[in-house]
Amino acid sequence: MKQPLYLFTNSTVKRKDNTLRIETSENKIDRPIETLSEIYLFGEHSLNTKLLNFLSQNKIPVHIFNYYGFYSGTFFPREVYLSGHVTVQQAAHYLDPEKRITIAHKFIDAAASNILSNLGYYKNRGREIEKQISRIKTIKKQLALAPGPMELMGLEGNIRDLYYSAFNSIIKQNYDFEKRVYHPSDNFMNAIISFGNSLVYTTVLSEIYRTQLDPTISFLHEPGYRRYSLALDLAEIFKPILADRLIFTMLNKGELSEKDADQKLNHCYLKDTGRKKFLRKYDKRLRKTIKHKTLNKQVSYKRLIRLDCYKLVKHIIGEAKYSGFKMWW
Amino acid sequence: MKALDYTGTQVNYFFVCRRKLWLFTRDIRFENENEYVQLGRLIDEYSYPRKKKQIEIGKIKIDFLDNKQGIIHEVKKSRKIEKAHIWQVKYYLYWLKSHDIEHITGEIDYPKLKKKEAISLTEEDIKAFEDIFAQMKTVLDKAIPPEIINKPFCKKCAYFEFCYV
Repeated sequence: MKQPLYLFTNSTVKRKDNTLRIETSENKIDRPIETLSEIYLFGEHSLNTKLLNFLSQNKIPVHIFNYYGFYSGTFFPREVYLSGHVTVQQAAHYLDPEKRITIAHKFIDAAASNILSNLGYYKNRGREIEKQISRIKTIKKQLALAPGPMELMGLEGNIRDLYYSAFNSIIKQNYDFEKRVYHPSDNFMNAIISFGNSLVYTTVLSEIYRTQLDPTISFLHEPGYRRYSLALDLAEIFKPILADRLIFTMLNKGELSEKDADQKLNHCYLKDTGRKKFLRKYDKRLRKTIKHKTLNKQVSYKRLIRLDCYKLVKHIIGEAKYSGFKMWW
Repeated sequence: MKALDYTGTQVNYFFVCRRKLWLFTRDIRFENENEYVQLGRLIDEYSYPRKKKQIEIGKIKIDFLDNKQGIIHEVKKSRKIEKAHIWQVKYYLYWLKSHDIEHITGEIDYPKLKKKEAISLTEEDIKAFEDIFAQMKTVLDKAIPPEIINKPFCKKCAYFEFCYV
């Protein structure tokens, strides 16, 4: 199984024969190229075009994060899984308002389900979040009535506000978490959420890249709005599963604290220590497996994203109705 | 699609699974993601290193050619879906014959099994191809892919997760 490579320590990354070599001031590490699915670069690294060509040949994307741990962009190898048929059908599903809302609705519906799963888990552990749960359930029922993506996004916003308002009850420590603030995050909680979400986004993007889907044609978010918007669509489903649950556990166990963040006057970001701790758990979570109901075999959490991409392709080519992945545990 | 525009892989897939043929033809492909396929590719790459390698003529891609004896070779990993292998090689012979290249025979090599099988193109085969091409066209003209076939070998197919999820 191919695995991601995360690099934190400043290094020079290069091609050595048919191997990836990472040179730091202290040592040299060689990694067989066949074992890598993608590379995450944190900190400062030097690379050259010889390396990029090598990575391109082996279809390995490189996700780059800046000094503050914010996602800056991805080096994508030349696309390999293009299918004109799928691209045309995908665009057709975007252009037809009814077809578009059908898919968009499925994303939010699955996201809401997974949010409710998380909340249910903590309700069973005695947290007072009954109010949020019942209100989210009410909104979830209205999703199908939303006439367009705008209204759907509005309802999604309401769900998210309620969800975030439950965070203070879920997390034992007292982090003053009033509301979600983006670009830049203003406090510790927002900094972790932002970091977690950017990881989910890049993981989803890497998976989309290995399918025939075009990452710029999306259904819930407006296409091509700054980012690969289809990754934003699918990330909605997987953020509660991959990132949020991890945030709750790590904060409740004290595995991550405000010491891992740098609080500046008007923004806050995770320090290297915090990012490393979070990534270690995140990576472990991606590898965790469950028995898949219809495939009747063990699949990793990461693979679930790919499977959702496949389901989306099947929907787009008119074969089977898509529904987003919902946690059943 | 005209008869001689098909690739050997398409003819092979027609005999393995029509759904796979449909998806493959629309570039919905998963071959690169599958370890069995990758293994097959490595076997092809590292077997018979001294022989001449892959020759592309028009739409067809022949693994290697024995010039002296006039034999085209196709390298395969196992005999599990032998019928498909046989018709793939017959198609190459048919294709060459249609381009006035005659007196050629074929051979399927199984380097892992240390076995080989001679293939020739008979008059009956030539007739059979007309029907095969017609059926392939019917499959490919469908607006949506044919149903999954639920065979034991589906589990090892590169398309397994796509089909059964």
